[in-house]
Amino acid sequence: MAVAAETAAPAAPLRQRVSRPMVVAAILIVWLVLFAALRGRQTLTLAAADLTGLHRRLNDLNDSIGAGRNSNPVFLYFFNEIRLAIDNLVTFVQSLISQPTGSRPVPQIGWLGVVGLTGYVSWALGNWRVALLAVAGFTFFGLQGLWQESMDTLALTLSAVAVALLIGIPIGVWAGLSDRFNRIMTPFLDFMQTMPTFVYLAPLTLIFLIGGASAVITTVIYAAPPAIRITAHAIRSVPETTVEAADSLGTTRAQQLLKVLLPMSRRTVVMGVNQTIMAALAMVTIAALIDAPGLGKTVVQALQSLDVGTAFNAGLAIVVMAIVLDRVTTAAAARTEAARRTGGRLLRWRRPLLVAGGIGAAALVYLSHTYVWAAEFPGNGGTGGHIASAADTATTWLQDHLSGVTNAVRDAITNGLLNPFQTLLTDSPWWLVGVTLVALGAVLGGRWAAVTAAVCVGLLVGTGLWSDSMTTLASTAVATVLVMLLGAVFGVWMGRSALVDRLVRPTLDAAQVMPPFVYLVPFLALFGATRFTAIVAAVVYAAPVAIKIIADGVRNVPESTVEAATSAGCNTWQIITKVQLPMARGALTLATNQGLIYVLSMVVVGGLVGAGALGYDVVAGFSQGELYGKGLAAGLAIVLLGVMFDRITQAAARRTRA
Amino acid sequence: MARHWRAGTAGLAVLGLTLTACAGAKVGDPSSAGAKGSGGKCGTFNLAVNPWVGYQADAAVVAYVAEHDLGCKVTKKDLKEEIAWQGFGTGEVDAVLENWGHDDLKKKYITGQKTAVEAGTTGNKGVIGWFVPPWLAKAHPDITDWKNLDKYAADFKTSESGGKGQLLDGDPSYVTNDAALVKNLKLDFKVVYAGSETALIQAYRTAEKNKQWVIGYFYEPQWFLSEVPLVKVNLPPYRTGCDADAAKIACDYPVYDLDKIVSAQFARSDSPAYRLVKNFHWTNDDQNTVARYIAVDKMTDDAAARKWVDAHRDKVEAWLK
Repeated sequence: MAVAAETAAPAAPLRQRVSRPMVVAAILIVWLVLFAALRGRQTLTLAAADLTGLHRRLNDLNDSIGAGRNSNPVFLYFFNEIRLAIDNLVTFVQSLISQPTGSRPVPQIGWLGVVGLTGYVSWALGNWRVALLAVAGFTFFGLQGLWQESMDTLALTLSAVAVALLIGIPIGVWAGLSDRFNRIMTPFLDFMQTMPTFVYLAPLTLIFLIGGASAVITTVIYAAPPAIRITAHAIRSVPETTVEAADSLGTTRAQQLLKVLLPMSRRTVVMGVNQTIMAALAMVTIAALIDAPGLGKTVVQALQSLDVGTAFNAGLAIVVMAIVLDRVTTAAAARTEAARRTGGRLLRWRRPLLVAGGIGAAALVYLSHTYVWAAEFPGNGGTGGHIASAADTATTWLQDHLSGVTNAVRDAITNGLLNPFQTLLTDSPWWLVGVTLVALGAVLGGRWAAVTAAVCVGLLVGTGLWSDSMTTLASTAVATVLVMLLGAVFGVWMGRSALVDRLVRPTLDAAQVMPPFVYLVPFLALFGATRFTAIVAAVVYAAPVAIKIIADGVRNVPESTVEAATSAGCNTWQIITKVQLPMARGALTLATNQGLIYVLSMVVVGGLVGAGALGYDVVAGFSQGELYGKGLAAGLAIVLLGVMFDRITQAAARRTRA
Repeated sequence: MARHWRAGTAGLAVLGLTLTACAGAKVGDPSSAGAKGSGGKCGTFNLAVNPWVGYQADAAVVAYVAEHDLGCKVTKKDLKEEIAWQGFGTGEVDAVLENWGHDDLKKKYITGQKTAVEAGTTGNKGVIGWFVPPWLAKAHPDITDWKNLDKYAADFKTSESGGKGQLLDGDPSYVTNDAALVKNLKLDFKVVYAGSETALIQAYRTAEKNKQWVIGYFYEPQWFLSEVPLVKVNLPPYRTGCDADAAKIACDYPVYDLDKIVSAQFARSDSPAYRLVKNFHWTNDDQNTVARYIAVDKMTDDAAARKWVDAHRDKVEAWLK
């Protein structure tokens, strides 16, 4: 850090004369000029079925792992033991709430018990409002006719979250205490979060077999990083002075951790649990591809016959589950905060109430264990049928009435923005694009960002998928621009009005957790199997994050500043563009960063609807043994793109804040 | 406030206990026990279900017969082809009911690892090729000859095809030589990868409804053909060996005899389920009927299978011999 500061100092006067946007513009102009001169040379293209030496070597590696499965001691004594432990955990939770065991035709706890228990736990950890929401939400699963599927999903999610926290919180604490360990962990976490799941799905089933264990481990790989990151962040944000005070009292390191650091960071850690649950639910449909039971299977199967209604019904159940779990954990986080501050009157009543509630819940559990009416959800799920047919009607109407408009929009954006940009990226010589990326990294993010960009460009060339990477990059960039436009419009709107915020937010939550597979069919009908469809799907998934971050940023602009601007005679438009947006600059950069990462995580889904390039390579690698190595390389390329942009935008964010 | 709560909870508990005393069938009562007695000598039968409706129809019928006539406990596993074949070695999959060629997998698992063996054909003929929506074949009858395709290339242009005609390909797991075909037949087309069967079917559905130009890869037996009867374009006819060199292919796809693959262990076990799989044999029409029940009439797998089995008892009896 010190070195960076020194080198920055003499450059400062220069930078005042030449502003950063001007340098960026200059770089882009040089690129355009050279592109015109060198177009079509050294573009490193590779046809869809062609492989490079690296891809073949990765194939062989995969085969040798498979062949050694029954003799290798690592398998016999390590992986098999892990599999057994996790399998037992999953089977146990399933036998409790979702699957029949032995001679019992129903699970141990029926619907009434689960609903009662959920309500009680939500109330005990959160408050009565979320308890009511939880009871309503869980009853809704039954009305939808998806009780068992929902419980299977819940069982897998709970098991995965338990394992993720068991591993994640200790690692997070360690990363919070040790800077060096944190630096070592960060690339691994990036890798776990951006590597497309399709890439490791097949090897995982080879190592951990088809079944609950593989599904849980897949989910854990994706869901543990938020727990680790947020725990580390929580430990780090405990004020220095508090730790010093404890130090001066002569506490040991263990005491310090248990008595000071952990209790003080509890609220943030609970938010980590929340993010882990959300990430776990995002994996529901992916895990269904390796036979994980539950709602994901319903979605995937319905789409084989393009049955949007049924898929939507199951997707809605996932959304409801996500919202219930989100609100309950958020309320739990708020309670841990409140419990530290208040006490007294309410607390006196709390204990007897907890006991009474516990007895009530136990009675319901007993009933649902014993009686059929409380074990199996009554009725035939008629509500689900209504939801499905309503969704069908709505999509048919949209398809019939909008397809003219949507085609025009698609062609305008494809021809006006996407095609020129993609041509620029794919038809430039690879080194020209590489140098441009490094230069942009240097200007926007500084020296380290430039080094990272250079390394990533080198490795991208190494994957043998340079051209595909550039095609994907073009779509990703266009999608990110659209995300930021939406983010700015809705973010400012929501940031300025609490009412709008309250109305729009549930929609954003739903867009984030609704499995993309559900809305792909209507999108395909509207836009065809094109890159644009992939872009729209990515925007739906990524825009909510950007909107939320920007809304937060706008809201955090001090009231007094806005009032001062108003009294100086600024109109609304001036306040937004001259005061609120510039002051929320940090939030805008963060929104760009997160928007881009979320868009990248949809690359594979895009491959399923016509985006081609890296997304298609990954999907093909998952489906065809011979292409496995290429799919793995494509997955790596996606990770590299993600890391490169993450580092550049983060460094840029640090600069704007400084 | 809190007092009310306590009273309410206590009341709820009492109500619960009263209900316990009065009514309801108990779990485990003969009246409520759903499943019948356990598997007999058949035991557990692990059946892979690959992700297309035709296969789902095969699996529905075989599972139904195995459960009701042989008393097996059938575990269906929803898996992609590659992962299903992997399961032969680990003992997690006993049978794959509809295999489309896949010489690569046969080489790896049958001749290489020796974890799988062939179990005969299903009787279904797999036809792969290029298809156009029916309105197009009607409006331009000469389009079904590949020689005329170039004449229409400009009409097949899309935002994805870079100035050429678009040939739409689907799910990457399916057997395809389309890129080589376009090159070797010197057509002014570009293969665009839709990436999934869902995308492909939706493209045809929209095209037929809005009279749009689409040509793409498709196959039968497929339930969607009963909704929109796509028309096949004739490529240069297939002759044995014309597809020997993948890069030089310039002929149509062969007709695939779809076959069944089972794990070596399952074949040795001589379980009744194995004999059922080995004898299982039906026609494209049979499969399309069941697939239609599932995809169009939205019946459950089990209900669809029951309906077909009840109507075709003679065929089922032949499998059980």
